[in-house]
Amino acid sequence: MKPGFSDPVFGAQSGFAALMNAMARPGRIQDCNALHEPPPGLDPAAAAALLTLADAETPLWTDAEGEARDWIAFHTGAPLVEDVARAQFLLATRAMPALASVDLGTDETPQDSATLIVQVATLDDASGWRLTGPGIQHEHRLTVTGLPADFAVQWARNRTHFPRGVDVVLCAGTRLAGLPRTTRITEDR
Amino acid sequence: MYVAVKGGEAAIEAAHAWLAERRRGDAALPALSPEQIEQQLGLAVDRVMAEGSCYDRGLAALAIQQARGDLIEAAFLLRAYRNTLSRFAACEPVDTGAMRVQRRISATYKDLPGGQVLGPTFDYTHRLLDFALAAEGIAAPQEAEASEAPMPRVTELLAREGLMARDAPDDGAPPPDLTREPLPFPTPRALRLQSLARGDEGFLLGMGYSTQRGYGNAHPFVAELRMGEVEVILAPPELGFAVSIGDVTVTECQMVNQFAGSATTPPQFTRGYGLTMGHGERKAMAMALVDRALMAPDLGEDATAPAQQAEFVLLHADNVEATGFVEHLKLPHHVDFQSELEKIRSIRARWEEKA
Amino acid sequence: MNAMPPRNTPGSAYNFAYLDEATKRMIRRAILKALAIPGHQIPFGAREMPLPYGWGTGGIQVTAAILGPRDVLKVIDQGADDTTNAVSIRAFFAKVAGIATTTRTAEATIIQTRHRIPERPLTEGQVMVFQVPMPEPLFRLEPRLAETRRLHALGDYSLAQVKLYEDIAKQGEAGTSYNHPVMVAGRYLMSPSPIPGFDNPKLHNSPAIMLFGAGREKKIYAVPPYTAVESLDFDDHPFRPMRAPHACSACGSTTSYLDEIVADDQGGRIYVCSDTDHCRENQTP
Ligand SMILES: [Zn+2]
Repeated sequence: MKPGFSDPVFGAQSGFAALMNAMARPGRIQDCNALHEPPPGLDPAAAAALLTLADAETPLWTDAEGEARDWIAFHTGAPLVEDVARAQFLLATRAMPALASVDLGTDETPQDSATLIVQVATLDDASGWRLTGPGIQHEHRLTVTGLPADFAVQWARNRTHFPRGVDVVLCAGTRLAGLPRTTRITEDR
Repeated sequence: MYVAVKGGEAAIEAAHAWLAERRRGDAALPALSPEQIEQQLGLAVDRVMAEGSCYDRGLAALAIQQARGDLIEAAFLLRAYRNTLSRFAACEPVDTGAMRVQRRISATYKDLPGGQVLGPTFDYTHRLLDFALAAEGIAAPQEAEASEAPMPRVTELLAREGLMARDAPDDGAPPPDLTREPLPFPTPRALRLQSLARGDEGFLLGMGYSTQRGYGNAHPFVAELRMGEVEVILAPPELGFAVSIGDVTVTECQMVNQFAGSATTPPQFTRGYGLTMGHGERKAMAMALVDRALMAPDLGEDATAPAQQAEFVLLHADNVEATGFVEHLKLPHHVDFQSELEKIRSIRARWEEKA
Repeated sequence: MNAMPPRNTPGSAYNFAYLDEATKRMIRRAILKALAIPGHQIPFGAREMPLPYGWGTGGIQVTAAILGPRDVLKVIDQGADDTTNAVSIRAFFAKVAGIATTTRTAEATIIQTRHRIPERPLTEGQVMVFQVPMPEPLFRLEPRLAETRRLHALGDYSLAQVKLYEDIAKQGEAGTSYNHPVMVAGRYLMSPSPIPGFDNPKLHNSPAIMLFGAGREKKIYAVPPYTAVESLDFDDHPFRPMRAPHACSACGSTTSYLDEIVADDQGGRIYVCSDTDHCRENQTP
């Protein structure tokens, strides 16, 4: 089996730094290369995000199979669940579960909502969606390939539940970008 | 004088040196050892273990010495140390029914199976200062034996008669852990008991006392108070069987209280429960009174007294938290005070204009 | 204070930055959710720290969870780097993490603070960590946490508005001069920690990440960069930040927040910048 972080303390710290900046500055692409040898099927950024955040206390859903699934179970220790709605973290490597199907938290405990990590084909912040909201001074741009065609529609619906809602981390290779529930996506026509 | 407001590293180091000197006291006298504290100030050690949530007599004794006998400071030292330990397993529930009893009394029955065992108690001592102790030191004690007689729990005798409310059976779920997660409200009883078990003895004593004085309508009886050693058993799943990892001394109190009954529940007795590490019967009794008082909402009783308010009791029972926040008032607050000065000057100016 | 190397090898007494990795993970999860729900208080399993509750344990836990080996840490208390508690916390991290520390706001990547926000505008590369004694902005009006949690869920802040209204009716202005509550992103009422009202505007649309840690109360919350943070007020009685109307006797600043110092036994006063680094910069030609 492939190893986890070569240095568990500093690997997790640098993975977290990327995630914190991604959540604080939605759509800004962060480098996350703390994990050098991810298992087949997992991108370094997505695998590092899981290693950084998931553990025995966080039920985890993933569609990853085989060696990747075993790697996740072994290195995070997180209980793998079949039910999307019961997961605190979700890692989608192929078809993303519908946003409305995951745990959105409650109005009193919106922090109990799930975080969805999606492995996508590419991320580019030169053009594309116009993102606004907390963390964004004027607007950030983001083009994502590999998301469902109706993602922006699902996202708009997610925003209507605020403060409930799912937060998304988009990963491609060693890069990642965050979409906290507060971010508004405007599609260029 | 500007510098005087702002201490520096040198000031802190000088303070620590002075503290060390005071801790040692008169160097002409022999220094205490943690072993002496552990052996001869055993109840202080027990209290520090209980409030420090860490069963280690040696470390508790060291903490008492380091804290110059300040038991809250010692409990804090022990907690901060405990927090750095990795937890690798949870033990099985200790069976206090199988306790090797050193003390066991019931106030509800004159006699009962296993008998009343007075044990090492201050009860019935005359509180006269013993000057012989100062003159001659502590005499070598006689060996005392723990009782091996079976001692059924008094509350079990009542329960068999259907007169004692049964506690919810163990559902096998892993117990919640107060030290890993913040206390939720409403608070499950398991967490409430954890919180009370590490709570400040003085605070719980005052709270429990208030329930006897009409703030909470309690009619308590000590069904049973027992102190002694219980076995700690670990059953690691990878091992497949249970192993004993040692004995700990605990004090348990079951306090019986009448319950008037409701539409669905017959009139019966209910019990408040107190358990503390080491020999701490004042704490165990106070805890049992407060535990019972906190059942009020669940039993449909009026919950108007302070001891019946879970948020009030549980969020103020922890002396490490309380002492930190009270004592933080010693830290400089001149920035806030400055803004208060400007505020009061502004309001005052407006008041004087009007006057 | 002799700095020890970071200790993250098996057998060493403490982990890097003191907290164990499981605790850091739990705090990091809370921080991410805090950023996603600006101004909302996230309960977390605060640990006992080797410093007393009320002395910055929440801030210390947040700093420990985000701190990396290349970070440069500044710690201030009352705006100053040389106040005893700031010295003590800075020494703690130098010891358990072996990281670089600074007193210069411009050089710091993480600034842990009690009661002030530096005068020098913060930048995108910086994280402010606030030590918070009472995270609940409504606690003086409603001490029951189960109830305030419900009010936050409903966005019902009428208690705070009524209190402010009464203050204005009675004394012509808000009664709070520090820890004046703020609305974050138009949704959550938040305690800015006991910073003077003078510092409240610095929270608004700041380029820096603002993290708040309350150890004893076991809550973490956050304000992301570039987020609207408005002091609670009324249109006809706008919030008014206050400072002593004097110049700093050390650097001459007429815009910085000042400490008032009793200079003699005749009631004489002098005023100096509370932000020691800012005052030093002003004095440097
Ligand atoms: Zn100045």
